[in-house]
Amino acid sequence: MTATKSPKIFTGTHGPDDGAGEATPWPDDVPPDQDDTWYPLRDDPWRAKRMEYFIAFLWVIAGGCAVGFVIVYLLGGQAELEGLLLLFAFGLLGTGLVLWARNLIPGHDVIASRGTDHRTSDPEERAAVVESLSRGTDAMMSRRGFLVKKVLVPVGGIFGLAAIFPLASLGARPGQALYHTKWYKGARLVTEDNVALHVDDIMVDGIMTVFPEGYIDDPTSPVVVLNIGGDPIKARTGQAGFEVISGANGIVAFSKICTHAGCAVSLFNVLSMQLICPCHQSTFNILQDAAPAFGPAPRPLPQLPLGVRSDGYLIALSDFIEPIGPGFWNRSGD
Amino acid sequence: MSTVAERSAARKRAKLEQQALDWADDRFGSSKWVRSALDKIFPDHWSFMVGEIAMYCFVLLIATGIYLALFYKASDAVVIYHGPYKPLDGQSMTEAFASTLNISFSVRAGLVMRQAHHWAANIFLAAVAFHMCRVFFTGAFRRPREVNWVIGVTLLLIAMLEGFSGYSLPDDLLSGSGLRVVFSIVQSIPLVGPWLAFNVWGGAFPGTVFFARLFVIHEFLFPLALAGLLGGHLAILWHQKHTDFAGPGKTEHNIVGSRLWPQYTIKSTALLMFIAAVIFGLGGLIQINPIWVYGPFEAARASAGTQPDWYVGWLDGGLRLWPHWEFRSFGHEIPNPFFPGIVLPGIVFNVIYVWPWIDKRLFGDYEEHNLLDRPRDKPLRTAIGVAALLFFFDLTLASATDLIGNALQMSFELLIEILQYGSFIGPIVGGIIAYRTCVLLKNTDAHPIQRPVGGIMVRDARGGYHTLGASHDGHNGSEGHEGNGHDGNGHDGNGHDGSAHSEGTTLERAAGPHSGED
Repeated sequence: MTATKSPKIFTGTHGPDDGAGEATPWPDDVPPDQDDTWYPLRDDPWRAKRMEYFIAFLWVIAGGCAVGFVIVYLLGGQAELEGLLLLFAFGLLGTGLVLWARNLIPGHDVIASRGTDHRTSDPEERAAVVESLSRGTDAMMSRRGFLVKKVLVPVGGIFGLAAIFPLASLGARPGQALYHTKWYKGARLVTEDNVALHVDDIMVDGIMTVFPEGYIDDPTSPVVVLNIGGDPIKARTGQAGFEVISGANGIVAFSKICTHAGCAVSLFNVLSMQLICPCHQSTFNILQDAAPAFGPAPRPLPQLPLGVRSDGYLIALSDFIEPIGPGFWNRSGD
Repeated sequence: MSTVAERSAARKRAKLEQQALDWADDRFGSSKWVRSALDKIFPDHWSFMVGEIAMYCFVLLIATGIYLALFYKASDAVVIYHGPYKPLDGQSMTEAFASTLNISFSVRAGLVMRQAHHWAANIFLAAVAFHMCRVFFTGAFRRPREVNWVIGVTLLLIAMLEGFSGYSLPDDLLSGSGLRVVFSIVQSIPLVGPWLAFNVWGGAFPGTVFFARLFVIHEFLFPLALAGLLGGHLAILWHQKHTDFAGPGKTEHNIVGSRLWPQYTIKSTALLMFIAAVIFGLGGLIQINPIWVYGPFEAARASAGTQPDWYVGWLDGGLRLWPHWEFRSFGHEIPNPFFPGIVLPGIVFNVIYVWPWIDKRLFGDYEEHNLLDRPRDKPLRTAIGVAALLFFFDLTLASATDLIGNALQMSFELLIEILQYGSFIGPIVGGIIAYRTCVLLKNTDAHPIQRPVGGIMVRDARGGYHTLGASHDGHNGSEGHEGNGHDGNGHDGNGHDGSAHSEGTTLERAAGPHSGED
């Protein structure tokens, strides 16, 4: 609010009890003698002039900043300078506008009636509009609305449903897509640089992300393969023997797609032998067959059955025995 | 004192104005409407500007968004990057990501526009949320403004989706992880989940057509919806006139404030200038969403510190806090993400949508209101609002458990457990505190920060203690009536200061203000 207020608006003719039961010192209807042309510096032309010059000064600087922006742009552009110059260009423009409005422009503290346009209409108008509406509905709903209720609405519904069907073109049906990955019997484990993993390639307590050979870009197939050394692994039903023991190495592989919401389980806590998903902190105990230890994941990470080829390369013995990743309505199994 | 020259210029100008307005009136009969528009009053409280801030952020989003759309390529096609950003040279990525790198490094002023756009989106949602809270806590949604509330909540919902879809367009690792989560949430819907997810994505995640579709949604569908709903929102506001706080001279039937022309027009334009200043200043000076650091999205990768933008944080936090329950029987299952991902926001938004009608029932108030409540006037509503905010705050914190745990050197397991309990303990405790604070403030009519709440104790000559300043004139709950002329300084309509009353009090009363009185 401005510091000085218009003296003309407050007529103060009403006392503590103006008979309306509301003890306000000011009238609550529109004061008839509001001065709509008053502004704070109207009666001080010298200060008004100085204010105008000051506003002009601000605006000229703002214009200069805009020119500066153009120059920076032509010279090759530089993000911080561009931002700074735009900040001042707009900011000074706005400051000038505010000073102008608050000091040199009328229209503050005006009181007006809320008027009749939003208030409700009078009863005749309300009755008349019902008449206009029922002129139509009476005719359209003949014979207790047979045509509309029993025929048009159901047919309209059918139209609506039919119109939705072209949207089905947007997508393929899931089919078996959620049940299988690209892992197959005999697939070598390869890194993202297409280097196949030998059974001795991972050191104890080491971890790598691998893909089936030939399918490095497949989004369902990323697998984390770990060397857990001599630690025993407690397998779930159906997944016994999926690991490869070779000398001091114990190689296990799990799907990297989190069973909670599908992010890559990319964090590895070697001290607690846990895989942690960074998205929602689902934690899986590697030695308990990647069973969830904490967090919202409801199911263990599926384990990939591993084998060793005669030339020492790690291979998958088959696809996972259950769907990987987050759950879905028809998902059966564990 | 105007000079002869000034008066003659004014007369010429008035003649031109008359000609212009007559030209319009000849064709549109517009004089009456134009006059009512020019004379329209807008109340002046600072909190009423927040909705305007949201609106101007939207304007700037459209402007910068059009610019970005001219350079962005909505394509999943894989390309090898060869551009100014050397660390990614030779890397394969989608054209979507590559074009965003291009905007950031090769298009002059592109980075400012891109960052300004992202900052504007965050500020836009903050303004919308703040505005919604202001409307809620002051009861501005009451009759006749229920429809506008419904429109406003829809605007919030679409704005959230618009923001999410927008920052997902660059196909970087951070936003791509978010898309993966959304795919899993859609997939988790019973019966139709997988079908719906495959339908929207055009196949399995991430698919090969998604960014073209996201582009249509973000550039076309949602902006159209936002613009249309915003138009309706403003039209209703225009027609019904803005609400206002009670104060001297203000009643349910009048409106006090600035005229649209020229006062409000100039100040509103100034607000647009300030918002543009802030947004472009931030866009140039403060980095946001450095996608080149995250790298392109790959399904086999996810980074620690994966959080959505702040306004989606509560949903992400809900996913982290929700226990690992999943329901399976007869070969079917309701997967875990369904509850925090679909049911929770479903309940939240449904409650928010119907709040005006809940509020009517709660307070038995079906009347029309143009004067606003102060939050203290409706302790129950304020308490519920505070509880809701604390709930969202708890969930938003939960979306950053890994970052907070790292900063405070705490285990994230402990943090998550604290926040799980906090998600209902916090709102309950906070709600109770808010309720009692409101009752207290109502009874003493003090400003919560500027004046100490309670009484001033004095000792009289005989040694007894009296409490000054505990006034009961502020008590108006039983009348259900706002316009009783109180202003914020503890003065009632008669100009009496609240401390005029002194009561002979006992020591117990002097020890604190009244409680248990609503």
